[in-house]
Amino acid sequence: MDIENLTINKIHQGLASKEFSALELAQAHLARIEKNDKGIFSFLTLAKEQALWQAKAVDKLLAQGSQVSLLAGVPCAVKDNMMVENVKCTAGSRMLENYVAPYDATTVKELKDAGAVILGKTNLDEFAMGSSTENSAFGPTKNPHDLKRVAGGSSGGSAAAVAANMAVFSLGSDTGGSIRLPSSFCGVVGLKPTYGAVSRYGLIAFASSFDQIGPLAKTVEDCQIVFDAIKGRDEKDSTSVNPKSQIPNPKFEIRNLKIGVPKEYFVEGTDPGVEKVIKAAIKKYEDMGTEIIQVSLPHTEYALACYYIIVPSEASANLARYDGVKYGHSEAKDAKRKEKNLLDVYLQSREKGFGAEVKRRIMLGTYALSAGYYDAYYLRAQKVRQLIKQDFDNAFGKVDVIFTPTSPTTAFRLGEKTDDPLTMYLADIFTVSVNLAGLPALSLPVGKAGNLPVGLQIIGRPFEEHKILEVGKKYHVA
Amino acid sequence: MITKEEVKKVAKLARLGLTEKEIVKYQKELSAILGYFEKLKEIDVSGVEPMSHSVRVENVMRVDVASEKRKAKSAQLTELMPETKNGYLKVKSILNGH
Repeated sequence: MDIENLTINKIHQGLASKEFSALELAQAHLARIEKNDKGIFSFLTLAKEQALWQAKAVDKLLAQGSQVSLLAGVPCAVKDNMMVENVKCTAGSRMLENYVAPYDATTVKELKDAGAVILGKTNLDEFAMGSSTENSAFGPTKNPHDLKRVAGGSSGGSAAAVAANMAVFSLGSDTGGSIRLPSSFCGVVGLKPTYGAVSRYGLIAFASSFDQIGPLAKTVEDCQIVFDAIKGRDEKDSTSVNPKSQIPNPKFEIRNLKIGVPKEYFVEGTDPGVEKVIKAAIKKYEDMGTEIIQVSLPHTEYALACYYIIVPSEASANLARYDGVKYGHSEAKDAKRKEKNLLDVYLQSREKGFGAEVKRRIMLGTYALSAGYYDAYYLRAQKVRQLIKQDFDNAFGKVDVIFTPTSPTTAFRLGEKTDDPLTMYLADIFTVSVNLAGLPALSLPVGKAGNLPVGLQIIGRPFEEHKILEVGKKYHVA
Repeated sequence: MITKEEVKKVAKLARLGLTEKEIVKYQKELSAILGYFEKLKEIDVSGVEPMSHSVRVENVMRVDVASEKRKAKSAQLTELMPETKNGYLKVKSILNGH
């Protein structure tokens, strides 16, 4: 089997024609992880036993002549902030270092029901807070294209595992670019669905009005197959949406497509090598007969500040649950404990359990929500969020999709931005607006600057995932 | 620049223990980030409705019934607790002293 070029459809055909078994496929991927992942560090935990058991179950169905779904037997990886029952779920944090998930996330359950083989859990910035996976308490993930560079974050492990062919696809989560940025840096396809398109049940909450689970894969088609398997209303997530009434499947002619290019995303500060690749990609779509229209998203320059007020605010509330009392790291467990009362348990458990970036965001969010500052920071940011959404509403009145670079740079060097939190935040400058507005967006590899991949971001109207995926597919056909 | 006292106050509100070194570090870093947020003051937001979600949000509730399945689940959950006594979660006293 040609493990480096395996896609979901090829696996489906290979299993049907008995070219290989699901067990062989799982074993080959696990062997590849053991051989190649030491230098990359995309996996935090391997779920070997469960993976082999699942693969055998698929083989059994095939032997009986049963019809199996497209995902049956497909080896995949899951970001370690989504629960897989009876497997550790750390969120990249000391706080949950020994936490074993008591149930499956809805997305994970859907993958399991389809027969997908979950190989293990992938590395991430602690609680998904970061843009490089350097904030993982267990060490950074390296970029398979250049081991001295970051994989991007926060779903760095999920992107690197696919890029290094250690998994056919993976699940990531995206709060401000955490699927798209690592997809761009590692040269894989990543889809951040519309807020509400995929259930968040069983995803460790970071910023609940932003978080969204999505697929990372080698091809657009694979992303689409996984998205179709995990999307839809879940009674356990009140923000998830019924696909029947709200997710259309648009048919369109590429010739009639209007592509918006926002002028605010083509300003100084973008790496010239990245800009060249993006402009060539846009030209390619123009040559297919699409209409390229310059649009304006005038509040773009405020998006990052807006994002970094609201997201830490939501995070500070969500992370209040890690108090050393119910689960997770607790000073109350320490035999030599010194704490006198419950407050001490809170203070000490959180001091030792959380890393620097998580503490920084809890502090920022608590500050922005505290009496006397709420109106100036949180409330004002919520109003700016409305203006940013209106910018997109106006642009989508004129165009069908919007093209931007996913990131102003290619993958940066390990350690390059870790000393200055603001510099790290700026890596998200082209991705956060999409989350503020709740839109779907794809990061599509469209070339390289030097030896490093560059991603084109394709943004769509709410619940038009299929349109941006179809647009993405055209790139490789043309 | 925010003061050290402000950093300590916020840490207390957040129930976050900080070392002296961290207090100094966060004073500097939070001041720089809050300085960046000043940018938002350039925008006229009068008459703009604040936006909390991109979709309409409604509270939903499940039916409040006990089931055998949930009982088994609750054992899994209590196992994750740092300290229990007779099947109950055990915590430190909430009042000072003793």
